[in-house]
Amino acid sequence: MDEKLSRKLRILADAAKYDASCSSSGAPKRKADIDGLGSTTGAGICHAYTPDGRCVSLLKILLTNYCLFDCAYCVNRRSSNVKRARFSVDEVVTLTIEFYKRNYIEGLFLSSGIVRSPDYTMEQMLLVAKKLRREHGFRGYIHLKTIPEASPWLIEEAGLWADRLSINLELPTEQSLERLAPEKDGASIEGAMAQMFERIEEAREERRHFSPAGQTTQMIVGVDDTTDVDVLRSSAKLYGHYDMKRVYYSAFSPIPDSSAILPLKPPPLMRESRLYQADWLLRYYGFNVEEIAASSEKGMLDLDVDPKLAWALKNRHVFPVDVNRAEREMLLRVPGLGARAVDKIVVARKHTTLRLDDVARLTSGLKRAKPFLIAADYHPHGKLDRQELRQRLIEKPQQLSLFA
Amino acid sequence: MSLHCITLKDGADLDGFRRAVRWLMAEELAPQHIVWSLDGTPGLFGDDGMSSAPPISLPRSVARLIELGVCHRDPERYALLYQLVWRVLNGERDLLEIASDPLVHRIDTMARAVRRDLHKMYAFVRFRRMRGEDLERFAAWYEPEHFILETSAPFFIDRFRSLDWTILTPIGSMRWDRHELTFGPPTRREDAPSEDSFEEGWRGYYESVFNPARVNPTAMRAEMPKKYWRNLPETASIPGLIQTASQRVDAMIEQEATMPAKRMPERAIEAMWDQEPKTLEELNAIIAKAGPLVPGATQAVFGEGPKRADIVFVGEQPGDQEDIQGRPFVGPAGKLLDRAMKEVGIDRSKAYLTNAVKHFKFEQRGHRRIHSKPTAGEVKHYRPWLMKELELVRPRLVVALGGTALLALTGKSTPISRSRGRAQFGPYLGYITVHPSYLLRLPDEATKREAYEAFVDDLRHIHDLAQADPETGELPLAAE
Repeated sequence: MDEKLSRKLRILADAAKYDASCSSSGAPKRKADIDGLGSTTGAGICHAYTPDGRCVSLLKILLTNYCLFDCAYCVNRRSSNVKRARFSVDEVVTLTIEFYKRNYIEGLFLSSGIVRSPDYTMEQMLLVAKKLRREHGFRGYIHLKTIPEASPWLIEEAGLWADRLSINLELPTEQSLERLAPEKDGASIEGAMAQMFERIEEAREERRHFSPAGQTTQMIVGVDDTTDVDVLRSSAKLYGHYDMKRVYYSAFSPIPDSSAILPLKPPPLMRESRLYQADWLLRYYGFNVEEIAASSEKGMLDLDVDPKLAWALKNRHVFPVDVNRAEREMLLRVPGLGARAVDKIVVARKHTTLRLDDVARLTSGLKRAKPFLIAADYHPHGKLDRQELRQRLIEKPQQLSLFA
Repeated sequence: MSLHCITLKDGADLDGFRRAVRWLMAEELAPQHIVWSLDGTPGLFGDDGMSSAPPISLPRSVARLIELGVCHRDPERYALLYQLVWRVLNGERDLLEIASDPLVHRIDTMARAVRRDLHKMYAFVRFRRMRGEDLERFAAWYEPEHFILETSAPFFIDRFRSLDWTILTPIGSMRWDRHELTFGPPTRREDAPSEDSFEEGWRGYYESVFNPARVNPTAMRAEMPKKYWRNLPETASIPGLIQTASQRVDAMIEQEATMPAKRMPERAIEAMWDQEPKTLEELNAIIAKAGPLVPGATQAVFGEGPKRADIVFVGEQPGDQEDIQGRPFVGPAGKLLDRAMKEVGIDRSKAYLTNAVKHFKFEQRGHRRIHSKPTAGEVKHYRPWLMKELELVRPRLVVALGGTALLALTGKSTPISRSRGRAQFGPYLGYITVHPSYLLRLPDEATKREAYEAFVDDLRHIHDLAQADPETGELPLAAE
């Protein structure tokens, strides 16, 4: 590989890494044509993991990190003194194809700094996607970052070539946007999200291709004083209004040549982890934001215990729950029981009566679950009312795997 | 009762196991009377009788579990799977639904391990280009944990169909030559290429995406255990990345915010917001470049008329004639519109005529291209352009000809019969009527004449409205 290209790749990969989204899932199953390259399996594949525990699935790069915007939290803002580089359309195409042939990646995740104008930048990104699909018969995954300030017809076109589109909200409140991202405007971001949502729905009904893996977004956490509950309220709205496939949370982390208006200390990474857990509760466990808010302290999630356990500890009166009788909705509220374990319990108990040993085979979280459930041969009795229950269930300090 | 010994081939002998199960079930031999031997020399114990046993029918989920289970390295796999089959066929048909059953749990765990092994193989095979080959050929050395080589093949074929590739493993090899898949004997690491010209670039990429402020090797190892590292070129960077991480973070935090080295690019920032097309020509160039949404059209058919027309007529989409000539409303429906306009005194050359959708969509039937109606999603795809078009023409009145135009102008689909007449399309005074092609499709002459008269009536209103005072909206005396 050409040395100059290698150098650019380092700069433009480094510049793209603060986008937490990495997933290559959700695309319809596709196979390569006889002359083409690439497939999608539906689930997505992580081809490597870096020592921060994050997965490498797509070639995640910027077309350029030159940028006319000046968002304070961003390493690529125009006032930053980082090294700059710019790929040509063909360079990105070559890298994608050659990396793909060697099975390093699932596809491309292309974003860009804003150069010349939002429209011009978006057009260049579209050229890459079109070239891959048309000239190389590329059927792997393409995720395009949408620039909300670009003309609406470019967003219309982006969905034709991409498997997934995303716009990062980055800051959950209009005030934060105004202060930290002067060129961005909440209304145009939501307008573009709404346009994509509409088009994705219509295309699904009409069985046409328009961003079949939906849209996602990202919020930065810890860059201002927004609380966890405010972040989650924002997420609930994004899931509800625009059918987001994922909201990613990215704990603000120190960047080279940081802006003076940012906090000096990054938030604990555990905060990000707890937000993901709470997000899961909203989407798969039937919780609503206000329930999570009620078990938080001043709008912040408990860092010592996961949000489901935090809720259970504050609502001990609804437990213990009988695994052989309780409704699925109640089983989902038991700490330590995941949605999959609950589904297995519900199916299995049609044929048999579950004892504690049986439950142990269905979940790895039995220790946390025990005080909250009843099985054929087991009752927690007084355990639930003990004062030190919370203390006993606190996870030992360790590095948790991150969801992103 | 004496013990029966069944001998199967080394590796994942799915066919052998299936044959054995059929025979054992036919003979009604319970699992506790079977010894499974894996010494790799089948046929020693009367294999001949086995092939004649009748097939058995298993639930699909059980069959799938067997396919995965036989790939596992556990020497007990066949015994366990046969126990499963025996119980399923002896009164426990729904056994798999009891995930808490010890046997089901154990086999599930095995299947999960095989699935994970497959998934890791899809992820961690690293192809290297073979040297000295004229045509591109790729090869990879990989060490799977279980007997999954054959099961993995469809994934690699689907993905790399147009490439010539070989995967070499200690349990066998396979080559896809772009047409056919062939399996070969076990191989050694030395049989695979030892380098590739893109590997350094890949390592550079891997190093760059690592965020030193979030070191978490435990999470990394959970998903990418060390046993895989020796076949992953990028993992050579791991120790260095971890060692220097805290130092890099300290440096970032200690560094004071710097002054931007460049001046504020004020003019560029100002110019950035000036991206919108300023003329119809610029807009049309953008539409032309984007190409048709549904393939087939000869060209984009743009709006036509004076830049500052009083009335804009919006139709559905170009038809066969329009597509060939590249002009709107020149086919049979256009002729009819001309006639009606002339009757009420609208000068076509002073009006602006355009379509909601700019490309012809059709079904080919023999030599004829039959118009097919654009879907709602297609109409909306073109909508932003139409809105821009109106913004550039700035007419006094916008006329929706038919349902598609109405959908394009309002974003909602409403029946014409219910909304015919005056309307408001955003900032524009509007009027809703039928599309002239609707008149052409009516079956008998009487209805046709009647509908035509109604259409002409609408045009008369339109003509008057366009001359109304733009401030007060008052019509000239003669109207209404």
